[in-house]
Amino acid sequence: MLNGKHGKAIKKSMEIITTLGGIYGASRLVDVSSVQVAGVSYANLGEAGLEFLNEMAEDGKTKVLTTLNPAGMDLENWKELGIDSKFAKNQERVIEAFEKMGIISTCTCTPYFIGNLPHFGEHIAWSESSAVCYANSVLGARTNREGGPSALAAALTGKTAEYGLHLDENRQAELTIDVEAQISKTFRFGALGKVIGDGAEGKIVYIRGIPKASVEELKSFCASVATYGGIPMFHMEGITPECKSTQIPEETMTVRESDIDKVIEELTDDSEVDFVSIGCPHCSINEIAEIAELLRGKEVKKELWITTARPIKEIADRMGYSKVIEASGAKFACDTCCVVAPIKGRFKTLCTDSAKGCYYARGKNKFNTKLNSIEECLEAALK
Amino acid sequence: MKLKGRTIFKGKARGEAIITSQSISFYGGVDPETGVVTEKGHEIEGKSIAGKIFIFPIGKGSTVGSYTIYRLKKNGKGPAAIVNKSCDPIVAVGCIISEIACIDQIEIEKIPMGALLEVDAENATIDVKDPNIS
Repeated sequence: MLNGKHGKAIKKSMEIITTLGGIYGASRLVDVSSVQVAGVSYANLGEAGLEFLNEMAEDGKTKVLTTLNPAGMDLENWKELGIDSKFAKNQERVIEAFEKMGIISTCTCTPYFIGNLPHFGEHIAWSESSAVCYANSVLGARTNREGGPSALAAALTGKTAEYGLHLDENRQAELTIDVEAQISKTFRFGALGKVIGDGAEGKIVYIRGIPKASVEELKSFCASVATYGGIPMFHMEGITPECKSTQIPEETMTVRESDIDKVIEELTDDSEVDFVSIGCPHCSINEIAEIAELLRGKEVKKELWITTARPIKEIADRMGYSKVIEASGAKFACDTCCVVAPIKGRFKTLCTDSAKGCYYARGKNKFNTKLNSIEECLEAALK
Repeated sequence: MKLKGRTIFKGKARGEAIITSQSISFYGGVDPETGVVTEKGHEIEGKSIAGKIFIFPIGKGSTVGSYTIYRLKKNGKGPAAIVNKSCDPIVAVGCIISEIACIDQIEIEKIPMGALLEVDAENATIDVKDPNIS
């Protein structure tokens, strides 16, 4: 495949895979069964990045199930969300290039909600740091933290180099975390992710003291621990399928109630909210049902975005949740989110239940932030 | 002086060295239109890497950085070659898709700022000419 006999895209893909394998000392390639590709927003790719994708699309075709990360806009409803038509045109060209290669334009950071759901022990190649963490730690599949091009390379060849988290010995915990705090709700799980991310120096952690966690709480935690700590995997007692096969490190960090409160305080600025966004990572159908109940018969006064995958929105349509939510004045933003949409300068203060969302709102969009529960976020939008 | 390292991506380049002892985030840290380092407080903030042999210990930051390297190259503002102490996946992938010569495992502190370098990434060697002589 490296000699170009199978075409240009395969040759380039194999160069990427074998070089990374070389850097990390991989001795062979492994087959992957699922890929998640990031690097979709035109704002990040630019014309040059789009040109690269078009070159790969000339003769590149996916070998395995491949889904796509969020784009810079809702692909259908972009106008209403304030995206200009020039950006929209370019974003559409990006999506076309991916689709030409056979990549399914799911445009979501939660592929595991809509049909890209690998099982325990499966080798996969995912980008999108929150999904990588979820796949390794909650599903028990095996992936390194791929970048956009290396995930694309795996999609077009069906292979990745066997190093890092594909190997048992690299999935062992290196630091124990004792949680001595009551953690519930997505925003507090996000805060816990920041406490651990800030303190663990990128190590794989073994987490004790979480008696239960919902899928939504876990996705919030994964997003935060990956954003703040670059952590691609954790073992959580009672959650992670392989948590019994790791050693439990002696080195221990304790997380107390006060640490969680401190992080929430840190991510909460004293300024007036003008933008509320729920769905980082993308909302589950459960969360949308909850939001609909809280907004029923009410009118929002601030810009409120519910970000989710389009198929989830379609189920919400059927259940009547969308009607209730849209009647309140809130907007669905499918295919995108408050992290990747080009909204720099449009708002001053974001209120969200996502600790990851706060990080990018501050760093990328220069917003102030407030980290709150979903209920409190909606109250802020109604005020 | 000749230094020997490891090939990340082949190619030959000749040019002036721009060196930093700090890690580099291409995404958000280097302007893809101009090749100027824009990271606040960075040792080489405000300096251009365009057409130079860019030498830094390791990359950091978002994986979107690989596309930033590609954008630099397409805009004619890319470095002539990249030399690292330890090449990370973001920079490696960026060099492969952009076809920029890249070598790592080099003792970069031995190279003086502004030195004229001949990089042969195929053989993973760097020929360092004395900046005062050349």
